Amino acid sequence: MTLQQELAVSPSAKLAVKNVSKTFDTRGGRVQALDRVSLNVNEGEFVCLVGPSGCGKSTLLNIIAGLETPDEGTVQADGLPIRGPGRDRMVMFQEPALFPWLDVFSNVMFGLKLKPGLADAERKEVAQYYLKLVGLEKFQHANLHELSGGMKQRVTLARAMAPNPRVLLMDEPFAALDALTREQLYGDLQRIWQERRKTIIFVTHNVREAACLGDRVALFSPHPGRIREEFRIPLPRPRDINSVDLAEHATEIMRALKGHLSKSEAQE
Amino acid sequence: MKRLLTAFLFFAALLAAWQIVFVAKVWSPVLVPSPASVVRYLWSVLRDGTLEGSLLVTMKRLLLGYVIGIAAGVPLGMITAQFRAVRDTLGVLALGLQGLPSVCWVPLALLWFGQSEGAMLFVVVMGTLWSVILATESGVRNVNPIYVRAARTMGSRRLHTWVMVIMPASLPFIVSGMKQGWAFAWRSLMAAEIFVTILTGFGLGQLLHYGRELNAMDQVIGIMVVIVFIGLLADKVLFSPWESFLHRRWGTAK
Repeated sequence: MTLQQELAVSPSAKLAVKNVSKTFDTRGGRVQALDRVSLNVNEGEFVCLVGPSGCGKSTLLNIIAGLETPDEGTVQADGLPIRGPGRDRMVMFQEPALFPWLDVFSNVMFGLKLKPGLADAERKEVAQYYLKLVGLEKFQHANLHELSGGMKQRVTLARAMAPNPRVLLMDEPFAALDALTREQLYGDLQRIWQERRKTIIFVTHNVREAACLGDRVALFSPHPGRIREEFRIPLPRPRDINSVDLAEHATEIMRALKGHLSKSEAQE
Repeated sequence: MKRLLTAFLFFAALLAAWQIVFVAKVWSPVLVPSPASVVRYLWSVLRDGTLEGSLLVTMKRLLLGYVIGIAAGVPLGMITAQFRAVRDTLGVLALGLQGLPSVCWVPLALLWFGQSEGAMLFVVVMGTLWSVILATESGVRNVNPIYVRAARTMGSRRLHTWVMVIMPASLPFIVSGMKQGWAFAWRSLMAAEIFVTILTGFGLGQLLHYGRELNAMDQVIGIMVVIVFIGLLADKVLFSPWESFLHRRWGTAK
């Protein structure tokens, strides 16, 4: 397979989450992280899960990733139930889970080496392609401690994209970065998403970030974790996080979020 | 440079204080010999080859015991970290025996192996093994779980995860464990050499022992200086550079 052929395969997935519930036993008692949550994600769609901390959005992401199993309900990718983690669903965590004993290039190669059906030279070509896509082709041989936080998350993005997954699951990947770097990465992520047409599920507690990135924003509320409302964001791309139109959508979501929060507090 | 100077001044002051105590005759010169007589002793054993010979004997014993301790301890530590049943059994045993001062193995070793190299080796291995097991175990358990999760999503499983992720990720801790193992091996060997007097080779500990028997304080202090010096050298040359490199690269530096 050549680089062109490998890139031409543009897999995308339909994800179907149906009535998923999950409880955790903690020291403070049982916590219902998810309560009968359902969510459908179309091929190539960019969906943001937004809500306050502890509302179960990360749990849902981990369940879709196959790193955790639901107590009830089903999760299907293209009609097949999810059993454990798989190369078709790559995860990007909040901290860059890069391996410090490998340099930038070898980190991107880690997942590629585990992908069958590629020759070594092709793997290298693919890795270089993605490093270029995130603008780090000059840092191939850098060690991780030489990179800034933003650069590390770019490498993580390249590493997650390299095995050509159908779905990209992102768990607050930009939360630890400064505002300027974050804005840059919003632009990069949108560009890369349009170029490679991945299905992306993006978890955040930042409403504006959600409105900037998502085709659709699913609003979570905690205790128990539920999806309360969904918003479509019909703005053209690439979107600027500082634009006024975007602010309107963000305000609308924020208002809804506050409404649900005060309601759930009143119940307790 | 400034740090070097500070260190130099400190040790010079220490020597000066020693000299003053000697000149003032606070204690009998049999108990507190002059720094010069210690240097004279060291020079004489250096010249007649006694020091070189016992250093060689000691290092050979140390390395053999240390290598065995590491070779057995690192894999056992990994297994201990991985399986709860091993942690509840071998882990507890290691914790208990690690707390046993290595000199406590000497009577048992003498009865089992007699006055032999085997006894010496046994004491060194027992002194090293348990602390290496525990250090490795805690190293593996300190591996950030996010590395394993990330590897799993990329299709890494069992043995691949162990070899490609957990082992390299725990390397800084394993090196700390090796350093600790070295310190333990060194202590055990000195204890063994002082108590196990055998004719197959005179180590540093035995020189120390005979210094006491002969009431030769310059010998006792001289050999102690050598032992301290070797410990410092091992730390500064063998382990510290490695450790600081790993902690910087791994981002675990304080």
